[in-house]
Amino acid sequence: MSILTEKEAKAILKKVLAFSKADECECNLNGQLSGNVRYARNTVTTAGEISDLTLVVQSSFGKKTGVATINEFDDASLEKVVRRSEELAKLAPENPEFMPILEPQKYIKTNTFFKSTADISPEYRAKAADDGITPSKKNKLVASGFLNDNYNMAAIMNSKGLFAYNVGTSVNFSATIRTEDGKGSGWVTRDYSDVKYLNTAKASKIAIDKSLNSVDAKELEPGKYTVILEPAASVQLLQNMVGNMGQRTADEGRSFLSYKAKDGEKNAPKNKLGEKMFDERVNIYTDPAHPDVPVAPFAGDGFPRTKMHWVKKGKIENMPNSQYWAKKTGTEYKPGGGQFIMDGGNKSLEDMIKDTRRGILVTRLWYIRQLDPQTLLYTGLTRDGTFFIENGEIKYPIKNFRFNESPIVMLNNIEEMGKPVRINGNMVPPMKVRDFTFSSLSDAV
Amino acid sequence: MERRDFIKVTGAGMGAMFLPVTGNIVTAAELLDKPMDVAVKKQLADIALNAAKSAGATYADARIGRYLNQFITTREKVVNNVVNTESAGIGIRVIANGTWGFASTSNMSPDSIAKTARQAVAIAKANSKFQIEPVKLAPVKSVGEVSWKTPVKKNAFEIPVKEKADMLLEVNNAAMSNGASYITSIFFLVNEQKYFASTDGSYIDQDVHRLWAPFFASAVGKSGFKQRTSLGNPVGMGFEYLDGKKEDKIYVQGANVGYNNSYDMIEDATNAGKELQKKLKAKSVKPGKYDLVLDPAHLMLTIHESVGHPLELDRVLGYEANFAGTSFATLDKWRTKKFQYGSDIVNLFADKNQEYSLGCVGYDDEGVKTKEWDLVKNGILVNYQATRDQVHMIDQNESHGCCYSQSWRDVQFQRMPNVSLRPNEKEDLSADDIIKDVEKGIYIAGRGSFSIDQQRYNFQFGGQLFYEIKDGKIVDQIEDVAYQSNTQEFWNSCVKLAGKSDYRVGGSFFDGKGQPPQVSAVSHGCPTTRFNNINVLNTKRKV
Repeated sequence: MSILTEKEAKAILKKVLAFSKADECECNLNGQLSGNVRYARNTVTTAGEISDLTLVVQSSFGKKTGVATINEFDDASLEKVVRRSEELAKLAPENPEFMPILEPQKYIKTNTFFKSTADISPEYRAKAADDGITPSKKNKLVASGFLNDNYNMAAIMNSKGLFAYNVGTSVNFSATIRTEDGKGSGWVTRDYSDVKYLNTAKASKIAIDKSLNSVDAKELEPGKYTVILEPAASVQLLQNMVGNMGQRTADEGRSFLSYKAKDGEKNAPKNKLGEKMFDERVNIYTDPAHPDVPVAPFAGDGFPRTKMHWVKKGKIENMPNSQYWAKKTGTEYKPGGGQFIMDGGNKSLEDMIKDTRRGILVTRLWYIRQLDPQTLLYTGLTRDGTFFIENGEIKYPIKNFRFNESPIVMLNNIEEMGKPVRINGNMVPPMKVRDFTFSSLSDAV
Repeated sequence: MERRDFIKVTGAGMGAMFLPVTGNIVTAAELLDKPMDVAVKKQLADIALNAAKSAGATYADARIGRYLNQFITTREKVVNNVVNTESAGIGIRVIANGTWGFASTSNMSPDSIAKTARQAVAIAKANSKFQIEPVKLAPVKSVGEVSWKTPVKKNAFEIPVKEKADMLLEVNNAAMSNGASYITSIFFLVNEQKYFASTDGSYIDQDVHRLWAPFFASAVGKSGFKQRTSLGNPVGMGFEYLDGKKEDKIYVQGANVGYNNSYDMIEDATNAGKELQKKLKAKSVKPGKYDLVLDPAHLMLTIHESVGHPLELDRVLGYEANFAGTSFATLDKWRTKKFQYGSDIVNLFADKNQEYSLGCVGYDDEGVKTKEWDLVKNGILVNYQATRDQVHMIDQNESHGCCYSQSWRDVQFQRMPNVSLRPNEKEDLSADDIIKDVEKGIYIAGRGSFSIDQQRYNFQFGGQLFYEIKDGKIVDQIEDVAYQSNTQEFWNSCVKLAGKSDYRVGGSFFDGKGQPPQVSAVSHGCPTTRFNNINVLNTKRKV
């Protein structure tokens, strides 16, 4: 019983609130049904299923708050978890940043649930593995990969009468296919809310082709190159940037969005809200109802999610914050969005390659770590398919590079963007970027 | 990564850090509940083993676990969070038709356990059609009914929450009174009560404790901001680690204080505040070749990344190819018995029984008694880290005892043991002795940004504190340093090691591996060590 209907969830949460003696009480129910299969060396290595339902109760007395959770749902257990949270609240120190729970809210409708995904069976998972293993064996390649499907339920109710409920599904698939001698490696990843869009055989074929085509890579000198970054190559840099856009750290002087006051400048702003920082084609926003990347229409505290731009025409349009920081600085409360969408163009990746005179195609970036939070300078390496492009064609595979680059620079050096695709739950376009900095070569395949 | 399994902690200098949590949040008093009776655990484990055998398993093991955590998070003058979690259940692993199967449940009624055991056998049989070679286990003799405990002097869970929170606030105050603008400080306390039983006839009860007390401080100046994290280590100890004893402090002339078997967190926070102010004014490094002198609190992570991971046998064989990657240290290199991993003074060893280390246990999660063995001897690659089902692939018939699971509900697999660099056994040199011969160098302390490729050739590592060395003396604190090298070249440029008095054990509390990902905690011991002629970059950039 990990996934409850709206009626069942409401009934349990009402019962929980009836036990509450606190000034304020907020309860969350989170259910999960998930399954996975993992394979390597052309064989299935592990497979499993997880079923879980958890109740979280947060009680407050004045500015003192306690949290407790349980995964048993008889009346005695429900009362016990409420008492536990109240006991912890009484022991906790006062939190000067305490904020009251929300009044009832209105939500938009988002289509996050797909029966097709909820119905994924162990046989489907086994076939997904076989879609990589069998053709790999035929090509004398070695397949490894992972498929994970999720069916989630989230419900929230508080003592002020707020209630929200959502069910959602997702499936993630990735495969790394290598040559037997270890000289070639290709990779692919796909994720969807609706599994009907997932074709594991077709996806595995991409990894197979990249593996075969990446053998005997040539060395290019490190330096600045025009690159075509597949969405999987740029998504983590973008995710890191969006994740560092918070208003509080910027206002505290500890982020790339902190404003550096000029000598003698009076009433200087604390952050770079409204400042143009990127190419004017850059638009990054959250949209819970986006058909390709739908998310629940509410945040964990029950606050409604709506479409909101973080970057518009290259300018910082909004910065996420907490309820406390919004109140302290006299701004609106804007929690983060649960996903992001970056606008692009209409071209496919293949068309972008055709229109490139000289450049490097990057499948993915790996082991990305921050070097300087002030400039968002990151380091990491290319992996599983790096190719040299000349006169509109992929000419030959090249050895992997280490990069030292900032997404701020990346978003200022955009030559062209293609059609966005879903990646890690976000929408990201393939991007052609000039002067991307590679600092050294790696022997890794 | 399941979102519900992670608590998001944000704070000074941390960005956003997701802390893995399994289990339910419980009150402090419940964390001190007595562990489940061993006789009951034996009964339940036997139900699992018998049900698995009846269903057709040729081997089975059962792990009954109770995992307790306490996390206390503060920033500046505020206690953000006190979280207590508990998770209990049973994980059952079987071999049927020569194939592994696994299932777990939190419902520990006899019926549920038997059903879960049969489910594990069913999964094994279903997967057996994809099996190429049957699983072959290295033999393990029954150890009978035994127990093992981390030798803690002060159980961290028994210290009142208020006392712990007040200590963190004192740490914050020390940093802020001495130059930090912001600070987040945290206690992570872990207690694994785990019981292992297998059809080999072993019944092993273990009580494992670990502790980590990091802080993340930052200072904002006119030209920007700087960060400094703590130099203490995560350890396999109780709260006695925070006693900060005089005899456990190691001073380096003109630079930092290092900590051995106990940690003075308030002193470190005080120093962090002062060093942050120096960082704001410090000159930027001139890129080029330098001789590096690496402090143990820094070098431990270099060992972790460039020795620990590439010598995991499952990586070498390709089991991690789709996630963490494979390894440059291939079997053909090992088979030559001549592969020069490092210079001839480099001796790297693995163990799971080093005192105070994170990896220290009596037995691993498949019932193998832990031990010590060489990985690199006199610079030559001699061995890997292996589990019962893989060790035959390197022509050995005794498991190294490297099997671990983060909880009862996840399947156990090969995880890194402690991997350490032996100190200079000829001369007991100090860190100052290592620095004094360096003409043009950089001394690096603390862990910073670490990035390495998927086969562990090319790496780029940063640190917390950087000091310019000129003509044998530390002359100045500098900034923006990262070094880039190739694993084999780097270890072959190792020219001088400090002695056993300088040897310290650091570690990683949340090392990630596997799909779905699991964390484990692992330590690395080493002395202050010199590496010659390493490529140093400047990480400052205008955007």
